[in-house]
Amino acid sequence: MGMTMTQKILAAHAGLDKVEAGQLIMGKLDLVLGNDITAPVAIREFKRMGAQKVFDKKKVALVPDHFTPNKDIKSAEQCRILREFAYDMDIENYFEVGQMGVEHALIPEKGLVVPGDVVIGADSHTCTYGALGAFSTGVGSTDMAAGMATGQAWFKVPEAIKFVLKGRLGKWVSGKDVILHIIGMIGVDGALYQSMEFVGEGLSTLSMDDRFTIANMAIEAGAKNGIFQVDDTTLEYVKEHSEREYKVYEADEDAEYKKVYEIDLSSITPTVAFPHLPENVRTFDQIGDIPIHQVVIGSCTNGRLGDLRIAAQILKGQKVHPHVRVIVIPATQKIYLEALREGLLEIFIEAGAVVSTPTCGPCLGGHMGILAKGERAVATTNRNFVGRMGHPESEVYLASPAVAAASAITGKISSPEEVVK
Amino acid sequence: MIEGKAIKYGNNVDTDVIIPARYLSTSDPDELAAHCFEDLDPSFKGKVQPGDIVVAGTNFGCGSSREHAPIAIKASGISCIIAETFARIFYRNALNIGLPIMECPEAAKDIQDGDRVAVDLAKGIITNITRNRTYKAAPFPPFMQELIKAGGLVQYVNEKMGETK
Repeated sequence: MGMTMTQKILAAHAGLDKVEAGQLIMGKLDLVLGNDITAPVAIREFKRMGAQKVFDKKKVALVPDHFTPNKDIKSAEQCRILREFAYDMDIENYFEVGQMGVEHALIPEKGLVVPGDVVIGADSHTCTYGALGAFSTGVGSTDMAAGMATGQAWFKVPEAIKFVLKGRLGKWVSGKDVILHIIGMIGVDGALYQSMEFVGEGLSTLSMDDRFTIANMAIEAGAKNGIFQVDDTTLEYVKEHSEREYKVYEADEDAEYKKVYEIDLSSITPTVAFPHLPENVRTFDQIGDIPIHQVVIGSCTNGRLGDLRIAAQILKGQKVHPHVRVIVIPATQKIYLEALREGLLEIFIEAGAVVSTPTCGPCLGGHMGILAKGERAVATTNRNFVGRMGHPESEVYLASPAVAAASAITGKISSPEEVVK
Repeated sequence: MIEGKAIKYGNNVDTDVIIPARYLSTSDPDELAAHCFEDLDPSFKGKVQPGDIVVAGTNFGCGSSREHAPIAIKASGISCIIAETFARIFYRNALNIGLPIMECPEAAKDIQDGDRVAVDLAKGIITNITRNRTYKAAPFPPFMQELIKAGGLVQYVNEKMGETK
């Protein structure tokens, strides 16, 4: 029996010819990642382990992105722990405010992940890099500490679900709608402990930004990782961003999958996840009038240039509804600068939105747009759990940048077609 | 042997309700414990007794990778979590910090809030003292029992390294 893409990458990093689902392996790591919430705990554990230095100062990345620029004294202290550790260990990939971005947008942009890599990160959305054909998964702080100390981590080889994509996305439909559609179909634990592998001729119609969004939310279906077959689009991105050598792994023809789904991209329409689980999805024929108070366009899921371009296309020449606060957060400094040069920021500001420096901020109810009791937000983020963006009685509706921008104008959850004639 | 009263919750208990992000600017276990389950069950803090056992449905601990979640639960005095299934990052994090967790759909469904429950990690046997029933889960292998006894992965590794010195 053959191996899946994920199994092949894990086998190669464990120095084995073959692995099977369920097998425990020790794998070499190409990158270990942490942020200002998780890394301080990892650094404490690293010191308790008696470790003196990191396994490779080029292969550890530390990104203060969650509560930064420091939102309060306690956050400032957390960031100080991160910064001092980065200096002490001479870590090359420490990104200070001014250089940093939302980690899962920043790391690929800096060329730190290439196809065939094995990456762990103390952040659940580390699965984003699967868009590049790498094995990438979220872990806790103790695993991050052990990874920084030894350059290795143990893994249970996962089974996989295959998603065969065909067709082409319709107008105003993007990667966000695809992944929300899939989570609605399989549920928030539909891929528990498993890989989600994305293949098929429909892939060629998806931009890298669409793929990052889809891989990013694999964790929202409980998956260990999401991974895309590497194609010309991937390689073009990799060559533009990295000088590192890469290796392309393809699944064997006789690889075993627990399930196979065929997804016709042309059948997907704008999709919104209702509170309080990403699986509570509805399309516009089932939505009705839902007034909103806030819109957030940004995050590791949808804060990339392609996302901002779509939002700007809809907001151009329009005004934000007077009862709605709209917060646009470019995910990295590079995206911010590009958006500035392209005139996107001007469109947002003239429409009545605020534009923030990169931060995870409101996505996890940290800062920069917290909701009061009873308030509703449409957000391009990834989770709509109870209290996620603020008060436990507030509500988050997950949607694409197109739906978020359209809703900003109308003041209720709206399809782009309602505002763009 | 672990013994305590069951505190029962439903499916998909996520890490945001276990410990909301607004409290993540600290990693002090006692500070985290003060807000454990705050957005799911505001009565938790008042009713939890040392040794109590959380019993829940499917996908317990879904969402973020924050290790603060099992740390908050452990520091609240919870001795074990029994669920139908666990989200994978939470599963790993809980064991790494020395918080025993048991996957046992039968027990998770049958045990009711307030039942007196005992857990034998070595044998994988869960006993519902109140209803006089037992349920079988996978036993913990000896190294995992030692790891939990040591208080987590780091202490376990330190103890092992001490033995070889």
